[in-house]
Amino acid sequence: MSAVDLGMPSLPHAPRGVGHLRGDRSFPDAARESLRDGQLRANLGHATSTIRAKRKAVVDEVPDWAELREAGRAIKAATMARLDEHLVALEEQVTARGGTVHWARDAEEANEIVIRLVQATGTDEVVKVKSMATQEIGLNEALEAAGIAAHETDLAELIVQLGEDTPSHILVPAIHKNRAEIREIFLRTMPQFQEQGVDADLTDEPRRLAMAARAHLRERFLRARVAISGANFAVAETGTLAVVESEGNGRMCLTLPRTLITVMGIEKVVPTWRDLEVFLQLLPRSSTGERMNPYTSLWAGVTPGDGPQEFHLVLVDNGRTAVLADEVGRAALHCIRCSACLNVCPVYERAGGHAYGSVYPGPIGAVLSPQLTGVEDNASLPYASSLCGACYDVCPVAIDIPSILVHLRAEHVEAQERTTPEAVAFRALAKAMSTPRLWRLAQRAAGLGRLLSRGKPTLPAALPPPASKWTRTRDLPTPPRETFTQQWVRERGR
Amino acid sequence: MKVALFATCLVDTMVPQVATATAVLLERLGHDVVVPPGQSCCGQMHVNTGYRREAVPIVANHVRAFAGALSSGVEAIVAPSGSCVASIHHQQAMVARRAGDHALADDAAALADRTYELSQFLVDVLGVTDVGAYYPHRVTYHPTCHSLRMLRVGDRPLQLLRAVRGLDLVELPAADQCCGFGGTFAVKNAETSTAMLTDKMANVLSTHAEVCTAGDASCLMHIGGGLSRLRAGTRTVHLAEILASTEEAVTPRQSTSPAVPR
Repeated sequence: MSAVDLGMPSLPHAPRGVGHLRGDRSFPDAARESLRDGQLRANLGHATSTIRAKRKAVVDEVPDWAELREAGRAIKAATMARLDEHLVALEEQVTARGGTVHWARDAEEANEIVIRLVQATGTDEVVKVKSMATQEIGLNEALEAAGIAAHETDLAELIVQLGEDTPSHILVPAIHKNRAEIREIFLRTMPQFQEQGVDADLTDEPRRLAMAARAHLRERFLRARVAISGANFAVAETGTLAVVESEGNGRMCLTLPRTLITVMGIEKVVPTWRDLEVFLQLLPRSSTGERMNPYTSLWAGVTPGDGPQEFHLVLVDNGRTAVLADEVGRAALHCIRCSACLNVCPVYERAGGHAYGSVYPGPIGAVLSPQLTGVEDNASLPYASSLCGACYDVCPVAIDIPSILVHLRAEHVEAQERTTPEAVAFRALAKAMSTPRLWRLAQRAAGLGRLLSRGKPTLPAALPPPASKWTRTRDLPTPPRETFTQQWVRERGR
Repeated sequence: MKVALFATCLVDTMVPQVATATAVLLERLGHDVVVPPGQSCCGQMHVNTGYRREAVPIVANHVRAFAGALSSGVEAIVAPSGSCVASIHHQQAMVARRAGDHALADDAAALADRTYELSQFLVDVLGVTDVGAYYPHRVTYHPTCHSLRMLRVGDRPLQLLRAVRGLDLVELPAADQCCGFGGTFAVKNAETSTAMLTDKMANVLSTHAEVCTAGDASCLMHIGGGLSRLRAGTRTVHLAEILASTEEAVTPRQSTSPAVPR
């Protein structure tokens, strides 16, 4: 480092134009649309309250949940502190077991690597295990552009893919759809129904819908030569990858095809096998409200004659190093993608996942997405929270999301080059609040609001902006004649 | 005990009767109440909206106003607001330290150690749950988010309310859900805030309570503002006002929500 180099170099964020971390509208604009959709709000309210109740029941039955949660937090914090060493160890172990490790700086590099690997096998289609990392980098779109069809095999991802929709929840990507809507999508898009015409047997009974998806997917599993997965964890000391899931589709993808490509964010590494003990208890209870997830698949490298004979691990940065460099914000990288914070968030429950404009919706998305892209590219997300704190309470690795939200708001405000009317107002208010004489004048000015009320207990609803944002749906009380401190001094003489 | 009252900027300016009730209540319990001059705001709204640097002089003003009180025999600082007390505990020292003012951070932390939300002060410090109040109304309690999650006041307000004579306490469904206020959130995300408020009001109205109470004037202003627009008939009244009410004297000008024709 040269003598004139002051401070940290700025680290690259996730590139624009690729992947799904940025919305094309601000959160309030996108939310306005979903708030009008009564069906969506009903679907979300029903689903999140069901999952909330399930999660609470199974968490409450663990006597040492608080200790487990602290262990999870501590392992993550310690891992992040030496992430470079753990990643190098992981690469050594994966390589030693016959796998190949690829390093991708960002979404573009990761997509190029995967496309090259698929093309080398000579196939033009792949099956996919549900993966947030590949959604983040827009892998399906990149594969399609390269002439490769990617078939999602997770039931909810399949619904979203067939419906030409985008996921709205980390764990339940189709949470915004109800059974009737899913039936309609299946009838419209699944080849087995198109050949037979409309199938009256396909009711919206969950079992019927699952059977239809099963028949649809089975054919793809048996045909596929390449599978692409994400990873929930990677164990540095053994080079073991782990995927936890509920339906068994992941197990099919991870074992049947000849080539397996795993795309993983660099923060998913844990140092030792033993660390899994903690997370495999925290994750299923927090996410699906189950004591244990039905399928946990673990693999290391390749085993001749058994399972995939070629294994590639693509380690993706895509802005994570920049997140790691922020001592407050880096805790967002501790996230194990359980989605518990989404299910308790009152904002998510009303606005829905699409309002966040990123594959990471809800409270964790509101802190993770702006950090991966740079705050200026997702400036409305840190404000998409009432700071009620429910997310922090349920987070199985104790990420203090409200504090990170507040931190990112400050980063956004401090990075603004032009002075906004809001900044002028807040600065003036700060000046008044820190100067008792000015504060008394400001309070008296607020009291003049009485003049507008013409003796009524509330101010008129037609106040100018920004007060109109409040008075559109709420009455503002008329300020009192005298403040408390004025009255106190008058009556008691201080 | 000599107690300093932190009225908070919102209560002082908009709902002075809440601070009056707090003082009346503490005096009735035999304590000496002082109101340090020069007090204004804890700085929370600035911190939570991203104006962290601008919050530093506000914190400094708060410390200046109350440090003198401690040196003149005040043993505790009490505020009728879970949210402001949470900010004093969790944000003031942080913003000062972040700005490099470690002396201010230390002073703010020392003040925070002596600062209590009203229900915490009554139950934990004074050890009382029956404050001798009388309030013959059907009441439901909304545990505000910052009281509930940042300060962990738990069921202290409920213990206090249960001991109020004549009061019919009814449980609020989905009580722990946010009302949608969130400071500037109610303006920056006005529609989402309204959707949250709508559900909160539906739950309040389902209890058929005459009064919805809480330990935060800000959340009550939001809920009360919505109920007033609906001409709902249910009022919002701060916990301090209920606790200050006795058979002999109902606190003056009660109700934080605008009066509604009943």
